[in-house]
Amino acid sequence: MTSTRGATLFALALLAPALLYILTIVAYPLVDTFILSFTNASLKPDYDFVGWANYQRIFTAGNFTDVILRTFIWTFFSVSMKMVIGMTGAVLLNAAIPGQTVFRILTMPPWIVPMAIGIFMWGWMYNGQFGMISGLLQNFGLTKGPIAFLAYGNTAFWATVVTDVWIGVPMVTIYFLAAMQSIPKDLYEAAWTDGAGRFYRFRRITLPLMIPAIITMSLLSLIATFNSFDIIWILTQGGPSGSTTTMIIDTYKTAMGSRKYGEGAARAVVICIFVSLFCLAYFRAVRKLQQGEAK
Amino acid sequence: MSFHDSKVTLPAGANPLAASASSVAEISKAKVKTKARSAKAMIDRYKWFEVLALYAGIAVFLFFVLAPFIEGFLVSLKPLAQLFSTPYSFIPKTWSFDAYVNMWTSVPMLGMHIFNSFFISSVVTLIVVVIVVPAAYSFARFSFGGQGMLLGMFLAVNMFSGAVLLIPLFRLMRSMGLLNTYFAMIVPGAAFLIPSSIWLLRTYMLRIPRELDEAAWVDGASRLYTLRRVILPLAMPGIVVVAIMTFIGAYAQQFIFALTFNSKTEFMPLPIGLFAFFGKQEVVWNELMAASFVGILPVMIVIVVLQRYLVAGLTAGAVKQ
Repeated sequence: MTSTRGATLFALALLAPALLYILTIVAYPLVDTFILSFTNASLKPDYDFVGWANYQRIFTAGNFTDVILRTFIWTFFSVSMKMVIGMTGAVLLNAAIPGQTVFRILTMPPWIVPMAIGIFMWGWMYNGQFGMISGLLQNFGLTKGPIAFLAYGNTAFWATVVTDVWIGVPMVTIYFLAAMQSIPKDLYEAAWTDGAGRFYRFRRITLPLMIPAIITMSLLSLIATFNSFDIIWILTQGGPSGSTTTMIIDTYKTAMGSRKYGEGAARAVVICIFVSLFCLAYFRAVRKLQQGEAK
Repeated sequence: MSFHDSKVTLPAGANPLAASASSVAEISKAKVKTKARSAKAMIDRYKWFEVLALYAGIAVFLFFVLAPFIEGFLVSLKPLAQLFSTPYSFIPKTWSFDAYVNMWTSVPMLGMHIFNSFFISSVVTLIVVVIVVPAAYSFARFSFGGQGMLLGMFLAVNMFSGAVLLIPLFRLMRSMGLLNTYFAMIVPGAAFLIPSSIWLLRTYMLRIPRELDEAAWVDGASRLYTLRRVILPLAMPGIVVVAIMTFIGAYAQQFIFALTFNSKTEFMPLPIGLFAFFGKQEVVWNELMAASFVGILPVMIVIVVLQRYLVAGLTAGAVKQ
């Protein structure tokens, strides 16, 4: 189209509503979080700037470093399980066997239904006395007594990981499946003609060509899991005795439980910094990949 | 520099919308039909034990995915006394639909909660579509300085969850007088669905031939007229996908804002209305599960009816969790 100046104005006018909305509801609160993190804001209407006091407090007093470490372990296990199970699922659903379409639809529910409702169901499954997992384990004679998964730190930690994996797996699976189907078929046919077996074809064609999809999905899962709130809040509220308190839960408790807005904001800023670092790492990986392709 | 470029996110040539919309139904059909007819199809031939292993694998995979739903459904059909008895039995010994009757009295506002969930999601969808259509068109058709940066900025929104921004959002909602209203859940809910919808619709609009705009332009149509009469009709399938995805996203994510910004029972969406169940000493599990199923039934129907669009939308919208 001609008349670039008019076109630019028109383009900006079209963008204005979206831009304004995001600036008000996301960008402004983000800036406000940074500002609040240097204050002693609370429920009271006025507050003072306190410099780095909030940051000093969270890193010296209490167990913030434990919380960070726990969040990373929680995230690491969840994301890697999502990748492995998602890739397995994609391979299975990609196989040309009858029933394929139905199986694909059946993969979606955890992704589509309200997250909280899926988590309620897990809450019952983890019930020690009457829940399904403990019940079946006992029925098969694998454990002697009932296991109340959410009552002990160790099992509660893994229970929340598994639920997070469950919520994330459908997205990873469907996305990997789409990436897998976009790989040109002739590559496989050529390899097949040369006598390459199924496993060999997967390792030497599918996996290498899916690296961009794997990197993207890892980042998205990483961000989602790192920020995951609903699962832990519904199942354990961060307990028992803090064993499932991740950074998000910790921030929520500080801010909304104790109403320490200033200190809560400081904790939120630390989360933002970590998430930004993940994204930077992602961009570097993508750039490296593109350079590799250019050669 | 854009946050997710399609060249980056998927292997070359993988337009998510194009690749997946047709994939589920058509490719699989084609594969089955041409089986054994050519060398091409031979590659998809499995020995009997391979087929067995595949089905076994799929069974295990789907059991993991669906177990909570199966168990939840069976629980909703068990009488409470049987639920709290040992030893555990997966299949109900006696079937009972009592939970589906009693839940309406145990949760007096259940109908209201379901309505709220629908209402909130519908308004969110409306806001998102109205805002996203012009924005996506702008990104798809015009180029101006800083455009890539703007698109990147939009997608960066996905990095921050509502939980991180909760404190200032709470203060913002309070100063706008929106706390304890529908808008306290609608306004922030829509914000986090806008970026991925822009991305999804932009991808779709990029596939509409530019010549059409130019022809309209040559014929003397104004820019607004072109958008309204040329682009909108052509982009309608894409807009429908975006609307479905937004509705499902809004329906699925009703938790943290509703938990924090609203304390009035009559405005609570279903997940929060049922979450109140959890606080009680004795959770009436069969009724909780029954209520959950009534609440997710509409979404389940949507999945089955619109699965073609869904796969397209889900994979393209995978930019956003």
